Amino acid sequence: MGIDNLQDNSSIKADEMVLNMGPQHPSTHGVLRLKIHTDGEIVSKIDPIMGYLHRCFEKHCENLSYEQVVPFVDRCDYLASMHMDHAYSLAVEKLLDIELPERVEYIRVIIAELQRIASHLVAIGTFGLDVGAITPFTWTISDRERVIDLFEALCGARLLYNYIWPGGVSHDLSPKFIDRTIEFLDYFDKKYDEYNELLTGNPIFIERTADVGIIPADVGVDYGVTGPSLRGSGVDYDLRKTDPYSIYEKFEFEVPVGKGEMGTVGDCWDRYWVRMLEMKESMKIVRQAIASIPDGDVHAAMPKRIRPKKGSVYSRYESARGDVGFYIISNGKNVPVRLKMRSPAFCNLSILSEVAEGWMISDVCTILGSLDIVLGEIDR
Amino acid sequence: MSSVVGSLNELLVSLFSDISLDVSFLFLLAVIIPGVVIFLIMTVNAIVAVYMERKVSAFMQDRLGPMEVGIFGFKGGKKFWGGIGQTIADAIKLLVKEDIIPNDADRFLMILAPFIIFIGAFVTFIGVPFSEGLIISDFNIGILYVIAMSSVGVIGIILAGWSSNNKWSLYGAMRAAAQIISYEIPIGLSLILVVIVVGSLEMSEIVKWQADNRWFIIHSPFAMLGFFIFFISGVAETNRVPFDIPEAESELVAGWMTEYSGFRWALFFLSEYTNMLIVCIIASVVFLGGWLSPFKIINLPYVDIIPDSFFILDGFYLGLFWLLIKAIFLIFVMMWFRWTFPRLRVDQLMYLCWKVFIPFALGNLVFICIWELLF
Repeated sequence: MGIDNLQDNSSIKADEMVLNMGPQHPSTHGVLRLKIHTDGEIVSKIDPIMGYLHRCFEKHCENLSYEQVVPFVDRCDYLASMHMDHAYSLAVEKLLDIELPERVEYIRVIIAELQRIASHLVAIGTFGLDVGAITPFTWTISDRERVIDLFEALCGARLLYNYIWPGGVSHDLSPKFIDRTIEFLDYFDKKYDEYNELLTGNPIFIERTADVGIIPADVGVDYGVTGPSLRGSGVDYDLRKTDPYSIYEKFEFEVPVGKGEMGTVGDCWDRYWVRMLEMKESMKIVRQAIASIPDGDVHAAMPKRIRPKKGSVYSRYESARGDVGFYIISNGKNVPVRLKMRSPAFCNLSILSEVAEGWMISDVCTILGSLDIVLGEIDR
Repeated sequence: MSSVVGSLNELLVSLFSDISLDVSFLFLLAVIIPGVVIFLIMTVNAIVAVYMERKVSAFMQDRLGPMEVGIFGFKGGKKFWGGIGQTIADAIKLLVKEDIIPNDADRFLMILAPFIIFIGAFVTFIGVPFSEGLIISDFNIGILYVIAMSSVGVIGIILAGWSSNNKWSLYGAMRAAAQIISYEIPIGLSLILVVIVVGSLEMSEIVKWQADNRWFIIHSPFAMLGFFIFFISGVAETNRVPFDIPEAESELVAGWMTEYSGFRWALFFLSEYTNMLIVCIIASVVFLGGWLSPFKIINLPYVDIIPDSFFILDGFYLGLFWLLIKAIFLIFVMMWFRWTFPRLRVDQLMYLCWKVFIPFALGNLVFICIWELLF
């Protein structure tokens, strides 16, 4: 709307002011510091400065046995701990080259998709907060609570689960858990429409997010953006489809991509809408998995101590934020020589300085919110 | 329906005329008594409105809101008025809190700013009516005075933002200045409608016209449009969602009040809720029939369907009741906005004001003149 005129108006350029947004700021989603060069309200340059939450995760892992790493990966992406567990376990299992019982895979898929719903709920709620809508946040948080209650019933933990281990899961699903999950899905189906009424169709929300912070598909790919943030730009790239792991090829689901319904393809509204649609797809997957879950053991035949053969492995996983990669080098001992994690939120954040330039300070919050970063994972 | 007293000032004058005291002392009394009354109204309003806001927001968000703090041992328990003493407890907390002034701040201006904002809200009340005859001073430029005084506060906001020596405060202050000054114009333009029709700026005259004819909102389609422009601009004028960009908490932390704490911050808070009340009362008086009962939404002298006994519903005390009901409903609508809408961006806000509201309000002005000529 008016913003293009403002940008062209180079004759009224005044001195630039450097604004430090964060590390303590309500909408940087953690301890991120944004060094913003502003010309009035308009952002001329933006540097994300990270590292405030650096906990030497990768170095720690070089001194921990493979089993002991699991609680540490939990703490990387603390909003989608199950995804982290799952991603790491897949990497170790690939290194060990072991077969898993069918039931384990089903449980993992159910849990992972529930976790995706929980994580996207936080993303949507905080995105609403970033554009100034407070009520959606409390609604999403109270719905996420229901998922977390399910996880608590499953493994006793509410945030950092340590549930998916290399070679299996810590506890079996109870029949009651399955009933409660179905109950939640039925409830959430109805609630989903309420979110659309409150936020998706709100004219002010559309005004604030459509046509704002457009990530063109090629720029997104160049920067290594993955997950819903890339799919919002119309790129059909979801590891569950393009490089299926676990048992995802057994299920029917679609990969929603941004179509620019309210503005341009790749704007903030598209990224928001992709997350909304993904929750719907996740519900579909959970229903299918629950309908066909087989009986069986929840632990694979594993050696007492994990000592993989010499070699290295890279495994990819589609987490709620994007493409999580674990690169593990083993020298035959029970401790990895090197463990490198590819953090999706880190790559997604790197595009901020490219995208947010020329927008207003309010839009920086919107764009940052639409990228859905978790600082625990960026800084590791 | 003869008026009990013209205004509080006239009442005081008639009382003092019998007392043989020094004139300057009486003058002092005449200043202090209305001042105390206004201050009480402001405080009570803030206490009630904050409690209402917390409960309204809570119910919209599937929460319960304050449930713990009762008054004098009276606790609602699990009932919805559970935390009725919460605002009082909060107010006491704010008053005893440490008052921090940053080292690099402009000390004098930082101390001055909250008082200017407070005084802006305070003196506006002189022209705000609460019922028939329940007004501090019913002077002949009533509406003009209220509009003028309600924009005094913006000076305080700019001072607060500048003196805090904080970039966020400065942003908030600049946004607030631009916003409040811009939205003065549609507010003024939509109030002129009623002035044109009634031919007076006096509050009691405006309500009298509505008693004789009909509520101004149903005077014509243009008056209705004028009401919406006035009310939405009023929301913007009081810096509330969806126009709360000066204190946008997700962008500017707390905008121009970032560096304030304790008592000074409490003054800002008090002024915000007072401004809300003023806007809602003015909207009710000018457009919604003021202290007239809803049965008098339209006065049809030739069809005598409403028996006269119904009009006992009007009067001094019931007038206060009706006016407060209307104002509280409008305050509720403001809260409703706040807890369901996202926030507009700075340029969108200006777009709405300069390219939507002002042209429509100007057009309104022309059309209502034509309407007055035709009917």
